[in-house]
Amino acid sequence: MTDVRVGYYPGCSLQGSSRDFAESLHAVAKALSIDLVEIPEWNCCGASSGHMLDHLLSVALPVNVLLKAKKAGLPQVMAPCAACYNRLATASHEIATSPATKAQVESVLQTSIDKLPRVLNVIELLAQVSERIAPKVTKKFEQTVACYYGCLLVRPAKVTGFDRTEDPVEMDKLVAAVGGKTIDWNFKTECCGASFSISRSSVVGRLGARIMQDAVKRQAEAIVVACPMCHSNLDLRRGEINQQLEHKTDIPVLFITQVIGLALGLPKKKLGLGRHFVPVKFPPRPLAPPAVQ
Amino acid sequence: MSSHHESSSAHPSLAARLEKEGEVSVADCYQCGKCTAGCPAAEEMDVAPSQVLRLLQTETPKHEDRALKSLSIWMCIGCETCVTRCPQEVDLPRAMDFLRQEALARNVANQDADDVVAFHKAFLNSVERAGRLFELGMVGEYKLRTGHFFKDMGIAPTMFFKGKLGLFPHGGANKREVADIFARARAVKKESKV
Repeated sequence: MTDVRVGYYPGCSLQGSSRDFAESLHAVAKALSIDLVEIPEWNCCGASSGHMLDHLLSVALPVNVLLKAKKAGLPQVMAPCAACYNRLATASHEIATSPATKAQVESVLQTSIDKLPRVLNVIELLAQVSERIAPKVTKKFEQTVACYYGCLLVRPAKVTGFDRTEDPVEMDKLVAAVGGKTIDWNFKTECCGASFSISRSSVVGRLGARIMQDAVKRQAEAIVVACPMCHSNLDLRRGEINQQLEHKTDIPVLFITQVIGLALGLPKKKLGLGRHFVPVKFPPRPLAPPAVQ
Repeated sequence: MSSHHESSSAHPSLAARLEKEGEVSVADCYQCGKCTAGCPAAEEMDVAPSQVLRLLQTETPKHEDRALKSLSIWMCIGCETCVTRCPQEVDLPRAMDFLRQEALARNVANQDADDVVAFHKAFLNSVERAGRLFELGMVGEYKLRTGHFFKDMGIAPTMFFKGKLGLFPHGGANKREVADIFARARAVKKESKV
């Protein structure tokens, strides 16, 4: 199997509160012969705070990252964090569509900007190598789960160009490829409150409660995500969520890379599964009824 | 570009500036209310998202002031749901960014949003210092700015033991280069205002 080589932008969360995402991503990439080439000296993309307080910085910081990737000879950059992915893609889109912004960013970065590397999210990357996954499954992931895409993987469509905006399916396909079942539900792309996790955790509690409630009602045994903020808000903030729910829930939240890693038979420790607040465990399956004689 | 805008060119309206600087056409909104209907934060807001656009459409200082001083512009999460569903593709999230930045520049940001503003400032300061976000440092500055010292103290120890709370900033970024980007962005913005 030839290696797929792709530029890798970890982003700040994967070095801190979402180390489990980074660990499982690296483990799965290795198993699928994906060579993640970290962009040298990458900087923060500015995240939500960047675009909320300073439009120019919110384009200049991600473009600086993309220019570093280009210099390192990387035509594609994968950002596992959905917020980073969105900021890199938005910055790239603005450079392509707004000459005024482009000129300002060029004077901030003191360089001219032409074609920038293509930006991918983790689902797009895994979809590119999806035919490698099924043959390597050693232990089917036999759970029923809710794939939760959140906001920034899919929106706005003119920037991401990824999947179906209101009812995305690419993550569902990956879960199916490792033997899992996914539910149809209403909160696939509803917002979890993202950066309000610290400044307005009550909002995160309210929004998270609606998401969890619908998933549980439709018999999901876990939520699967591809974003560190979605994960933090549904896992680490489960206390705030449960305060708003009549029936408290303890279904776990897994990164898509952890789901695939489990199916590939990778050790739990390498997938960072011990780092979650809500323990990753599933109800035992009922034994198959004995065959009638 | 904006001959239909009422205000004089010496004091262009926010709508005129949004069209020029943000490439958002406030006039395109015909008040269908779809943005408000789908907004996850609408119930936290004092002025509904569609009404924020309506205030800007009037191009009067009184209504513009109301938009700038609203809590709504700080409660917008930036989830991009509204612009995705807008039949006129009015980029409301971009307008919200513009209004936040204008409210801070005029020093009229709604005080009930002080904690939200403090979070964003602490975040960017952390990035300016280290080139990458240092989560614990950012939360420390946020607590100093807001006085919310005890909030989240319950989850901090668990985060630490689960290896989710780094005690030191991450190396690896080119700090000098990032600090220069922040400095030059300030200079470029200052120049464009002259």
